[in-house]
Amino acid sequence: MVQLGEVFLLLAETARSFRHQTPSWKDFLHQLQFIGVKSQSVVITTGAATGMVLCAQTFLQFHKVKMDTATGAVVSIGMSSELGPVLAALMLTARVGAAMTAELGTMKVTEQIDALRALAAHPVDTLVVPRFLALLASAPLLTAESVVVGILSSWLVGVHLLGIDSAYYLVNMTRYTDPQDVLTGLIKSFVFAAIIAVVGCHKGLTCRGGAEGVGRATTEAVVAASISILIINFFLTLFLARIFNA
Amino acid sequence: MDNMIQVRDVTKNFGSQRVLRGVSLDIERGEAVVIIGRSGGGKSILLKHLIGLLQPDSGIVRVDGEDLAQMDERSLLRVRRKYGMLFQMAALFDSLTVDENVGFVLRRQGLESESEIRRRIGEALEMVELPGIGHKMPSELSGGMRKRVGLARAIVYRPEIVLYDEPTTGLDPIAADNIDRLIRRVWETLHVTSIAVTHDMKSARTISNRILMLHEGRIYSEGPTRDILESTDPVIHRFVNGISTPQKSE
Repeated sequence: MVQLGEVFLLLAETARSFRHQTPSWKDFLHQLQFIGVKSQSVVITTGAATGMVLCAQTFLQFHKVKMDTATGAVVSIGMSSELGPVLAALMLTARVGAAMTAELGTMKVTEQIDALRALAAHPVDTLVVPRFLALLASAPLLTAESVVVGILSSWLVGVHLLGIDSAYYLVNMTRYTDPQDVLTGLIKSFVFAAIIAVVGCHKGLTCRGGAEGVGRATTEAVVAASISILIINFFLTLFLARIFNA
Repeated sequence: MDNMIQVRDVTKNFGSQRVLRGVSLDIERGEAVVIIGRSGGGKSILLKHLIGLLQPDSGIVRVDGEDLAQMDERSLLRVRRKYGMLFQMAALFDSLTVDENVGFVLRRQGLESESEIRRRIGEALEMVELPGIGHKMPSELSGGMRKRVGLARAIVYRPEIVLYDEPTTGLDPIAADNIDRLIRRVWETLHVTSIAVTHDMKSARTISNRILMLHEGRIYSEGPTRDILESTDPVIHRFVNGISTPQKSE
């Protein structure tokens, strides 16, 4: 509970930071390159693998009841609203959240954070805000990329490997996939990005005890962010479904 | 001279460990003070209280009349502009070059042109006798060079107070003497208030005109450098001359 409180305080301080300091474009672009550009291969691979296996599994079950052409719709809705944002977020947690905690944790145990404070720079303004903004900007784009690649790869598998008719595959996909499904996925990706950034930075900034402490903090950050994403995803699904169906 | 820093009855505990047990001290503007004491005795903790990096459990830390213990982190940023600090391991930002480290505050404040910032970085690096290394990364520097760059970073924006946390720890005798000379020169030429914590007596002799001894969480004694170094008080004498307490078995 104490840690949860600290995470919310860090989130509030991050919001307050915009009143006191204009974020540094240089730091933001540097983080955008690390988080956004360099994460593409990971989320593309994840999206492609998930799309293909979801297509194959759905086809194998639907084929029994002669609903082969509904496969595309299931993959599209599943990827857009659930698997795309959640799996992209989990991959970002592993790649970006862990790196954030390790970097800030190392800065903490080598007194670089204290040096920042001694130089009259607030660690939240200097370190947290650029990472937070870069993740908020990158995560929806990476999620969209992952979803598109997932759907394309499912089409390749469904049509060219499993023999589903391409026209029916695409028609059913577009008929049953609503804009709300896409919007749900994008909203989720924003929320997940905030969780990854705040948990990763909090664990780094509160890290103690040398190299062992940095390792422990990194593991805790990945576990805490991943579990938070999975749990919050459930409540977000119900909440957004209620909003969109109201 | 006027009183720049006042510390009154400061206590600090970490869990069950009582580190500071009621420290009181005064530091005048323009003084060169060294705080000595045994390793693990709370010297660095005390130093961090003087700049508000740590908050006391109780007591007052007043700088130019403002009580740091009553301030939040954002208010403290304003007070910290008066300070420069050299950390024990220099604490250079390892993702930035020497030039970016030294010019960090100047660029962040954005008050001067890039050419003026470059001139002041060059001047600070000249002062610590490391001209022309601005392009290097901290990982390419030796321990002594890192400390000198750390010192350049601490003085480039002309602070009123410079804090030194164990400035000669981990250096060979020649590098340590070099750092001592630089600290002395910074005090003399920039007219700063200089506060160092160390257990290096040679260093204390060179860089201070007054010594405070921290012992068992309190200021045990204070006085002019020569008086403390030549004191006959058994606690001070043993510490200054490096004489360990005899064990019962010996």
